[in-house]
Amino acid sequence: MINVALPKGRLGEKVYDMFELSGYECPSIKENSRKLIFENKEKGIRYFWVKPSDVAIYVERGAADIGVAGKDILLEYEPDVFELCDLDIGKCRMAVAAKKDFRDNPDKTLRVATKFVNIAKNYYASKCRDIDIIKLNGSIEIAPILGLSDVIVDIVETGTTLKENDLEPFETIVPISARLIANKASFRFKSNEIERISQSLDELTKARK
Amino acid sequence: MKNDPVTNIIKYEEDIVFKLRSLYTAYGYRPYKMSKFEEYDLYVRNRDFLVSESVITFNDTDGRLLALKPDVTLSIVKNSTDVDGFVNKVYYNENVYRVSSRTETYREIMQTGLECIGDIDTYNVIEVLSLAAKSLETISPDYVLDVSHMGIIFGLLEMTGANDVTKSAIIECITSKNAHDLLRICAENGIEQSICDKLCKFISIYGDMDSVINKLKALDLGEWADDIIDELQLISDALGSDPIKSKLRLDFSIANGMSYYNGIVFKGFINGIPDSVLSGGRYDRLLKKMSRTSGAIGFAVYLDVLEYMDTQSKAYDVDVLLLYNNNVSVNIVMDAVKNLTAQYSTVTAQKIVPQKLKYRSVAQLSADGNIIFKEGNI
Repeated sequence: MINVALPKGRLGEKVYDMFELSGYECPSIKENSRKLIFENKEKGIRYFWVKPSDVAIYVERGAADIGVAGKDILLEYEPDVFELCDLDIGKCRMAVAAKKDFRDNPDKTLRVATKFVNIAKNYYASKCRDIDIIKLNGSIEIAPILGLSDVIVDIVETGTTLKENDLEPFETIVPISARLIANKASFRFKSNEIERISQSLDELTKARK
Repeated sequence: MKNDPVTNIIKYEEDIVFKLRSLYTAYGYRPYKMSKFEEYDLYVRNRDFLVSESVITFNDTDGRLLALKPDVTLSIVKNSTDVDGFVNKVYYNENVYRVSSRTETYREIMQTGLECIGDIDTYNVIEVLSLAAKSLETISPDYVLDVSHMGIIFGLLEMTGANDVTKSAIIECITSKNAHDLLRICAENGIEQSICDKLCKFISIYGDMDSVINKLKALDLGEWADDIIDELQLISDALGSDPIKSKLRLDFSIANGMSYYNGIVFKGFINGIPDSVLSGGRYDRLLKKMSRTSGAIGFAVYLDVLEYMDTQSKAYDVDVLLLYNNNVSVNIVMDAVKNLTAQYSTVTAQKIVPQKLKYRSVAQLSADGNIIFKEGNI
């Protein structure tokens, strides 16, 4: 039995559709219910819905053998897992954004507001830039407007939210998409099944391109 | 009648330690007992070798800065000597103190393992690999020992001609079997397509020794890889029909500390435990850094993760709960407890029934020394 942690929400539904198309269907998952765990014994697969940011924890700790998590979560929490396949969905990018008239002054410490502290720290460390990290949990866009920060590091999908707040993306840190991850110990004991799933999803992804 | 599990006073981890000790002793490894403390300086000089860099330090009465030992290998290496043709074989069972990557707090971790330091030859490598496999088998027959070779990883990294930052990013991709990001990194850094293809194929290789060796040969890595592939082939041939060979896999996602390890490295896994239980490899580079001429290979078994195996809660805390009151004399209680412990494994004498105590039977002791069992039987 392969345990799969799926991220709750629209992305998770898309991911499940990919599993279904790859031959790992579990019809009960599409029934309207509050259940969180769904199983198809015949196919040897069990799905469960978890908060997107928790998928990596479930997989790293072995409660799930595999799961699907955004690259942003993987970069931020650096879980010790295998990253087997880029599903090429949930695509966006991690970017630095600021007010349109912003000009970086290298003489000063750059104030960076973000939810993704680790990603921001690593990015600026690679550029040897001195920064002051301001950890926020939401509405990051208003930080530069209110003078709380010089820039923000956040996920940019279409850029509409930034535009509506008179901000614009300046630099792309890394492209983001959903990734199939696997627990390192589970992979060793269920390598055939996990590799088969990974291969099916990879073929489906390539066929869609 | 003595019943399990109340009689089973040896903890699962302790039982494993006893068995591992006799295994290592049978192969001529001598016990190595050391102090809990070590000069902090040793860890500062070899910080990269430590699993976690944080160390608990304190000043001794003479002002020297000491550390609660975060690692055992460094101390053993420090106290060994180089003698041509001789191999110092020791095993240990020690508590180490380091920051857990999961809780990000200091933890005391019981660790057992062995070190083989000296004039290391292929026999020593195979012996240590076999003992690693046998250690895992002692814990559970459902195990896998994944083996990698740092020489192959170093060689491939050299082939890329990349700078150190890019090399680290490539290693990350190798250890997480991440071929898609590897492709991107290669493209961004102008790494030749043919080398990138080899790296991607290399990442996906996993399986039994013989099939992986064949796949490695097919990769046509160049002359530099011949000796490494020969070494792997030699190990595979030497293990022949040994049952442990079926438990060995070649998996190049294992890349222990790049600055200290060279040659064979390995990690052991037990089905049902989400982390590696055993980790080790050849670390001649550490000795070289200490200006030593010897080679070394060893491994550690992380006994703390065995808690995952021992998930059955005890059915009972005690066999007999003996109740008495203030009217019963001390001598009568003592005699009653003595008589009961001769018949049963565990007895607790109490005046009231303790909360949350799970007992197999309860007995009432009267002032004249009569023991009347109230409920249940053993």
